[in-house]
Formats: sequence, C-alpha cells, structure tokens
Amino acid sequence: MASKAQRRPLALQIVLLATLVIWMIAAAFPFFWTLWGSFKVEADFFSLTNWDNALTGEMTRVETGGAFTNNGYYGAWIQEEFWRAAWNSTLVCLFVVSVSLTLGTLGGYALARSTYRYAFWFLLIALIFRALPPITLVSGYLPVFFDLNIWGYLPTAIIVLVAINQPFTLWMLHSFFKNIPAELDESAMVDGCTRFQAFRHVIIPVMWPGVITTGLFSFLLAYNDFAVTAMILDKQNQTMVPKIASFLGTTQTKGNVMFAVAAVVSATAPLFVLIMFFQRQIVSGLTAGAVKG
Amino acid sequence: MKHSAFFWFVLPSAAAMLLFIFFPTVSIIVQSFYVEHEQVIIEVENCGPFGCQTATAIDQEATAALREEQPLGRFAGLEVYKDRNHLAVNEFGELWAQSDGIGDFIGDLMNLPFYKALGFTLTYTFVVTPLTIVFGFIIAVAVNSAARLFRGPLIFFTLLPNIVTPLIGGLILFWMVDARGVIGTALRWLADDPSLSVKADTGLMWTMLMVYGVWSSAPFAFIVYYAGLQTVSKDTLEAARIDGATRWQQIRHVVIPHLLPLTTFIALIQLMDNFRVFEPIISFNAQAHATSLSWAIFNDLGGETRQLSSAAATSVLTVIGVAILLSPVLVRTYRSYGKA
Repeated sequence: MASKAQRRPLALQIVLLATLVIWMIAAAFPFFWTLWGSFKVEADFFSLTNWDNALTGEMTRVETGGAFTNNGYYGAWIQEEFWRAAWNSTLVCLFVVSVSLTLGTLGGYALARSTYRYAFWFLLIALIFRALPPITLVSGYLPVFFDLNIWGYLPTAIIVLVAINQPFTLWMLHSFFKNIPAELDESAMVDGCTRFQAFRHVIIPVMWPGVITTGLFSFLLAYNDFAVTAMILDKQNQTMVPKIASFLGTTQTKGNVMFAVAAVVSATAPLFVLIMFFQRQIVSGLTAGAVKG
Repeated sequence: MKHSAFFWFVLPSAAAMLLFIFFPTVSIIVQSFYVEHEQVIIEVENCGPFGCQTATAIDQEATAALREEQPLGRFAGLEVYKDRNHLAVNEFGELWAQSDGIGDFIGDLMNLPFYKALGFTLTYTFVVTPLTIVFGFIIAVAVNSAARLFRGPLIFFTLLPNIVTPLIGGLILFWMVDARGVIGTALRWLADDPSLSVKADTGLMWTMLMVYGVWSSAPFAFIVYYAGLQTVSKDTLEAARIDGATRWQQIRHVVIPHLLPLTTFIALIQLMDNFRVFEPIISFNAQAHATSLSWAIFNDLGGETRQLSSAAATSVLTVIGVAILLSPVLVRTYRSYGKA
C-alpha cells in the first residue's frame, strides 16, 4: 500500500532503522548479558584484567573446570534458601491478585453503575491515594503492627499490598465496566434479579478480559514491590525482591555477588514469560488511562 | 444504582483503603509532631571506703513506665520538622547569611540531608520526565515504521525494561556500569582514564541514575504514543498530502496535535512516579552521592533504631510534595469527569 508519495527517503529509512537497532540493544542486551554472566564465576563476570574473559569464561574454566557453572544458582537457591523467598513471593502474588480482584470488581462495578455524585468523589479520593508513595505509609504501619504483634507475617503484607493496590484496581475496573452496556444487568433486574444476582449471573461471565488485564498489573505490583515488603516482613518470610537486596548487603565475600546475579535472573524469568503470553493485555492496560483521558 | 446496594458493593474496598491508606496517613501526621521520650535520669549516691560520690544513672523502670503511659512520645510540635535532618531552619538561615552567592548557597545546602534528598528527587523528576517523553516518541515512530511482522518482537523487548522489577532492572544496569563490568570497562577505555568509576564520582552517579530512569520509563511513553499513532486519522493525513504538505508539515500539523493530549497524560503519570524514585538508589548503592525523599524515609525506618518520628516527618513533607505535583491531575480529572 506504500504509494510513491508515502515512501520514505532513503536517509530517513536509515535513521529509523538505526534508532531501532540502538534501542533494541539498549533494551534487550542487559538482560541477555546478565543471563550469560550468571553462569560464570565472579572473576569473569566482573573482570578487571580482560573483559573478554566474560565471553570465553577463562576464570570459570580455571575455577570449576567447565566454561559454564551453576555455582551461582546452587549458592542462591540451596545455600541461601532463595527457594523459600520464591515460595513466599508465589503466595503473596496469588493472594494479592485474588483478593484485590474480588474487592476491585465489586467496587469497580458499583462505581461504574452509580449515577450519584459521591461515586465521582470516591474515584477522586482513590486517585489521590494512588499518588501517595507507599513508603510514606510504612511509618504509619509499623507502630500499630508491632503493638498488635502482626509484624513480619505474610498475611499482613498481603493485606497491605491489597489495600495499596485498590485505587489502581478500582480505576481500571471502573473504566472497564463502563464499557459493558448497562442494559445487560438492568434487563436482568427487570426480570426479577437483585443487584447482586444480576452482577453474579450477567456481569461475571462477560468481565474476564478486563479482570485479566487488571490482574496482571496487580500481580506486577505485588511481585515488584520492595519498599513495603522489605519493611514489614521479617527474614524468614522475605519475598524475592527484598531477599535479593539482602544478598547485596550481607554476602559481599568473594563469589557471593554471583548469588545475587543468579537470583536476579531467576526472578526475571517469570516476568519474561508473563510478557510473552500477555503482551496484548499489558499494552491495553498501559494505554487504558490515556485513551480514557 | 441504589444507595444501599452501592454501599455494600464498595464496602470491602473502601474499608481496606480507609484502614491501610487513610488511617496511616493521619497517623504519620500525628506522629511527626511527637518525639520519643528521653531516658529518665536519676542521681545515685555511691558510698565506698573513700567517701560518697553522686553519679547519674538511667532509671529503666521509670523510662519504661513513661513510654507505656504515652506511647506516642513527647509532644514536640514542629521541632522534628525544624531539626537538622529535615527543614534545618537554623542551618538554612546561617548558610543564607554566610554565603557569597546563590550557587555557593545551594552547594552548601546540599550538605544537609533533607535538601540533598530533595535536590536529587527534583532534578531526577524534571530531567527524566521530558527525556522519557522524547525517547518514547522517537521509539514509537521508529517501531511504527517497521514491517508489521517485526512489531510484535519489537514491542516485547521494548516492554522489558518497564515491566521488570525496578530493583532488579537497576541491579542489571549497575553490574554493567560497575568499574569491573562491561560498560564500565568500555567507559574507562573511551575516556582513557583508568581510575574512572561510577561509584566514586557524584556527577557520573547522577547521570547513571537518570539513564536508568529514562531506560525504564521510556517504554511506557512508547506504548502510549504507539497506541496513539495507530489512531491518527488516515483521511486527514491524505488530505494534508494532497494539499502539498511535506513530511515534516504532516507530522507537525497532524500527528503532533493528535498526540498532544497523550503527552499531558504521560507527563502527569511520570511526574508522580519519578517523584518517588527509590529502588535505583538501593541498586546502585548510591547513597553517598545521591539520596531521594523515599530513600530518606526508608533509611530512617531501617537499621537498629527505627526513627519513626523522623520518618513520619519526611513522609509528611513528601506527601506535600506529591500534593503539589498532583494538583494539575486533580483539576484535570475534576474537569473531565466532574461534568458527567
């Protein structure tokens, strides 16, 4: 369909191609480099003498006998018990996503259907809450959590993350429910359903695309959180991100920085898979606010 | 929807936000006006073979009792806000009186913890936000010009820096720019300076933190612009071409006006997010050169002594900063939704 008038001049074509190549290197190369380096020893990945040691695995061969080693992974997962953090992260993400979606769909649905002015104020307040950096709330949590003796446990972190997640979830689901025609549930109510029955039998079956998109972002928030989980979970209950941060502080002896490298690669892998499968939903979620205005 | 139905539907969500967002906000405000009790000192008389001496000691019981009685601590008013670690009113005045010029004054001010954090946070916010928008736009135009077949993988890799955990993304970059890492080595070779190290140089550290900021947020601007480019009206573009508009004129007068509302959206979201910059400072181990407001709160709360009052005061100041940044968003939302 490229007519002559639309065809780009060669110079422009080259500039665009160069931009793409440079950006792709900037975006993807760090991840592949770290993945590659995680199978080397520290003396190769952080090489003072010769940078191409990282490629050839010079020191890795000297220290372990092969060009690749899984010492970093062994050290992180078994020796430093990263599996425990991975399990904690799984639990936190699972519960945060399911609880925040449950609360969010109920609230978002009501906000989309209410015609009263207070629904608007509710959303505006949620927007203000969305803008608060979570770390500013932590000094409000700590004294109370110490007092009630609930500091350090996973359920506490889950509830806090659900609450922090609510404003965003409400906004996303509210704009999504607005796009489902109100006639659908109203006709069910004319036929004698209560509001909740209409929601349960008419809305729930058609809401999944929006719920999945919102769920992805709830997952990312729970998975990526550092500020809150680092502050309100104790050592045994740490999730992956605070655990990685603790590798940096405590295990500075030789070779152990590779534990952190291996842990970083392990924690990135699920995100990689997630984007691969849900690229379309992530794109639509990121642009949702912009289209809505 | 009836009032009662609305009430029951939003109740769980509202309760969660009330308990874990609203109350903590009130609590940090209250807390910031109190300081921890000082230890109760008593005088004890020690009598030995060479006569009696008075010494001071800490009355553990009385201290504990006092703390039990008033758990919030001693009411201090604005004391915490005015101390050296926050607004540093006295130091501010002294510096102002002594300084030779505005540059000198700002330089000295950056030695005070709060102003150091504020200085970096504001610089970061107002440098990274425009750069994010520019780079996001350029990448969107480039991807949009690529063959349809390649767009899927291109978008996949573009999303990576944005989706990946901030702490992890920061670490991945930091390990590469480390003096012993691949980019660090390359930089030393390029600059022909074997002692060059990001860890040792404040200017380089600030630059790297901002490079990280742009790297991780540009994909967000990209995706919004890319979606916007798909909806540019083909008819208007064609009409412009028929009227003899050059390529640049088409972009200037058709595409850019179409994308302008998206730019305000990106700018507002980015201002809010960049203002809370925190994880990269941990990843880059940058606290000697750059701190942010969020980092200052985290630092007060961590460690042996949890300085709750100090953290609360910084939190309140941060919330005030967010409120100032947020006001245009609120006005905009009020205008667009309030009418409906």
